[in-house]
Amino acid sequence: MTSTPTTARAGDSLTESPARKVSVFLSQHARVRLGLLLSAPLFWLGLVYIAALAALLITAFWTVDSFTGQVQTTWTLDNIITVLTGSLYQTVTLRTVGVALLVTIVDILVALPIAFFMAKVASPRLQRILVIAVLMPLWASYLVKVYAWRSVLSQGGIAEWIAQPFGGSSPGYGLPATIITLAYLWLPYVILPIYAGLERVPNSLLEASSDLGAKTWRTLGSVVLPMLWPAIIAGSIFSFSLSLGDYITVNIVGGANQLLGNLVYTNVGAANNLPLAAAIALIPIAIMVVYLTAARRTGALNNL
Amino acid sequence: MRLSRAARVTLGTVTTLILAVIYLPLFVVFVNSFSTSTNLTWPPPGFTLEWWGKAFQNAGALEGITTSVQIALAATAISLILGTMISLALQRFDFFGRDAVSLLVILPIALPGIVTGIALNNFFRTILDVRLGIATIIVAHATFCIVTVFNNVIARLRRMGTSLEEASADLGAGVWTTFRLVTFPQLRSALLAGGLLAFALSFDEIIVTTFTAGAGVTTLPIWILDNLFRPNQAPIVNVIAVVLVIVSIVPIYLAQRLSGSEQLQK
Amino acid sequence: MRTTATHRRTMLAGLALASSVALLSACGTSSGSEGSGEEATSLGEMEGSVSILAWPGYVEDGSNDPTVDWVTPFEEETGCQVTSKSYGTSDEAFSLMKTGDYDVVAASGDASLRLVAAGDVAPVNTDLLKNYDGIFDFLKMQSWNSVDGVSYGIPHGYGANLLMYNTDVFPDGLTSWSAVFDDASANAGKVTAYDSPIYIADAAVYLMATQPDLGITNPYALDETQLAAAVDLLKAQRANIGEYWSDYLKAIQAFETGDSVVGTTWQVIQNYVTTGNTAVVLPDEGTTGWSDTWMISSTAKSPNCAYAWLDYIASPEANAQATAYFGEAPSSLAACDFRDDCEAFHAGDADYASKIWYWSTPIAKCLDGRTDVQCTDYSQWTTAWSEIKG
Repeated sequence: MTSTPTTARAGDSLTESPARKVSVFLSQHARVRLGLLLSAPLFWLGLVYIAALAALLITAFWTVDSFTGQVQTTWTLDNIITVLTGSLYQTVTLRTVGVALLVTIVDILVALPIAFFMAKVASPRLQRILVIAVLMPLWASYLVKVYAWRSVLSQGGIAEWIAQPFGGSSPGYGLPATIITLAYLWLPYVILPIYAGLERVPNSLLEASSDLGAKTWRTLGSVVLPMLWPAIIAGSIFSFSLSLGDYITVNIVGGANQLLGNLVYTNVGAANNLPLAAAIALIPIAIMVVYLTAARRTGALNNL
Repeated sequence: MRLSRAARVTLGTVTTLILAVIYLPLFVVFVNSFSTSTNLTWPPPGFTLEWWGKAFQNAGALEGITTSVQIALAATAISLILGTMISLALQRFDFFGRDAVSLLVILPIALPGIVTGIALNNFFRTILDVRLGIATIIVAHATFCIVTVFNNVIARLRRMGTSLEEASADLGAGVWTTFRLVTFPQLRSALLAGGLLAFALSFDEIIVTTFTAGAGVTTLPIWILDNLFRPNQAPIVNVIAVVLVIVSIVPIYLAQRLSGSEQLQK
Repeated sequence: MRTTATHRRTMLAGLALASSVALLSACGTSSGSEGSGEEATSLGEMEGSVSILAWPGYVEDGSNDPTVDWVTPFEEETGCQVTSKSYGTSDEAFSLMKTGDYDVVAASGDASLRLVAAGDVAPVNTDLLKNYDGIFDFLKMQSWNSVDGVSYGIPHGYGANLLMYNTDVFPDGLTSWSAVFDDASANAGKVTAYDSPIYIADAAVYLMATQPDLGITNPYALDETQLAAAVDLLKAQRANIGEYWSDYLKAIQAFETGDSVVGTTWQVIQNYVTTGNTAVVLPDEGTTGWSDTWMISSTAKSPNCAYAWLDYIASPEANAQATAYFGEAPSSLAACDFRDDCEAFHAGDADYASKIWYWSTPIAKCLDGRTDVQCTDYSQWTTAWSEIKG
């Protein structure tokens, strides 16, 4: 297919050109076809990404000369032990996972009704407008949006202005602000798979359910949700992993808090301690591997 | 499902509220682009068109946009090719290690950007010993953009089934001809959707970019990062953001139309 | 490897750099030996390009604001095309210099010594820089820009970390750092501080005045006990911190909206706050500050253009433009002819400058001359800083 080393044209199909021979050969040998298809992507991902990750993991077992900043390739478990036993890393890991989970929950709760409205209530025309409306904020730069939230949540900002009549107040800068902002940033990435998942639920099925006398909530709970579950998990992978590694948002609206991303960033960008940064990076890697393994059981990886 | 009128109204209201929240920060950005305050403080103390005038003469911003578009186009092109290949392999064949491959595709987006960023930075600099520049950013972006194309294409392939392709093969069409004339046309809107997301993802990426960009390469997000921190420039950044949001309607709308009309034809 | 260029005498328009012969050790080692790279004794031909790493706003070529441009005149005079990258923190600069992609770096004192020790920068022969003479004496050959009597660069600009406060909250004004330390709880959640390990030195300056028993004589030379005391002070402060800042837009916004009412700041931030209800003071205890140094990479590909840049950026007009745009005091009195705000920045005021402990990299060999103890180094400060933030 795209990797077929020929430039066969439609007209060639009648002549016994070399391209034609290759084509015939390929159609008879499925394994070769598979091999050609897989070679380029695996070469890319394996060479670029897996090699880079592996190199990073190895670095975690090295150390760095604190003053000259040179990485020294002597093997040590110090960094791993520091990360595993240091109370700082435990606290920050818990905080980060907590934030990522809350962001994910908020996103799913917000995405469900809007995706349902888009997929099952809105007219095709409105549906199209809504998809545009949901996607558009993606193009207003990440940083601009975070700073906009900083402005909204500031003292005397819009949040306070809206909340005041109801006796509320702006959450100010801190973890709640971080959760709100992150949930906002990743929302489109959660809405889209859920919306796509809902589109795949046939209307006839819903009608059958209600014909059988099921109430709206019952239909949603026992028909729609089970079918939608993989799509929800798929969306959650985005919001969870993107939150897990963020360090810029928390810097701008998170008050004095720091997350795992900040610790990694401080150690690599600031302290120039790549080995320790790599050791800290093992935490989100481990968390994501657990998360992905669990997600795979639900079949969600086929629904990303 | 026959939703009661009340349920429809409730859903409509909730949707409107959510959209209001989604657009609240964008509204702030829009208003601030006319603000006389260089510090983006709320409420704006006055109205000015100064920033809109300055923004379009700002060589740094325009250069940043050009760089970002180039990188996003290249990364999207690579991910379209690789993503399509890998989804064909995974959907049309059964082989040992299939699960591992599908995990491999997801990994670059599932692992936090900072992990991807420092891993690639370390890899490019100490192992490959290449100079960081536009090429390294493209490689990095393409790596995590593959997944968006993969998702869209594999979902489409699953729905398409293989009957048409088999018919084409039975009629004597070669592998490439079948792909070009049968498979590809059916994939077009999925490729468009995947490509659009890949482009958006690359265009606005900052964390991985920070670690894979060398001296002299300023993508738009890096330009924004540099300029938001200095007074006098912050409102210009808002102007750029507003323009981008408005301009983005065009590709999204076109993608929508194309995939929409395709659905009607079926 | 050492290269020798042809002897040649040139007068450069505007720069008038007397130059001849022999190139620098362009490919010097960077293996971590102290003070690697050789000092240039004379200059050769311009290479046509130079790559610069600097704080945002130090290298402006008009692409951000057409009226702010001191790079173009340099390019026209020397034929050296400038590419630049800006960094956000000293630590980032230190990491970026490791790439070897830059010929010149503008380093604050908390990065400069590390760069020297890592062999990333070369000694600078100040005799080759004609604008070196005009520079304030109190900035020359200091602990952050020289090692063992060898100069490693030319001073750029300097400033103090000041105490900023909201005048509505503190109508009587402030004169002591206690407002952000011992008395910070009065404004819990509205105190701000600089987000960097080097901020530990601010706590040390305060401890020098309030706890003389600790025996701190230099805030950058802290032994284990002294560091622990500073960390305790900062951990107590952490409970009252609203947010830490490292980019100044954040600091400006927080003071304008009232999210922060007291904390450490830079003069430039005060200049940009438009609400008019803030004031800055250099507290009685003294303070920390920065004095930036233009340094040349030990692996510079364009050493001659690098020297030309160092001399150009120290020339009164360029120095005035660059330091004014960033918001700091210039390095020479002559530069004040091109600025009207030297007063506000206390430029050249040796007395004011003497109250500032300029950022220096804490190293194991105590900077205050003690030999009976090991001092804590920057990596320990970094770890401590992460723990303070929690």
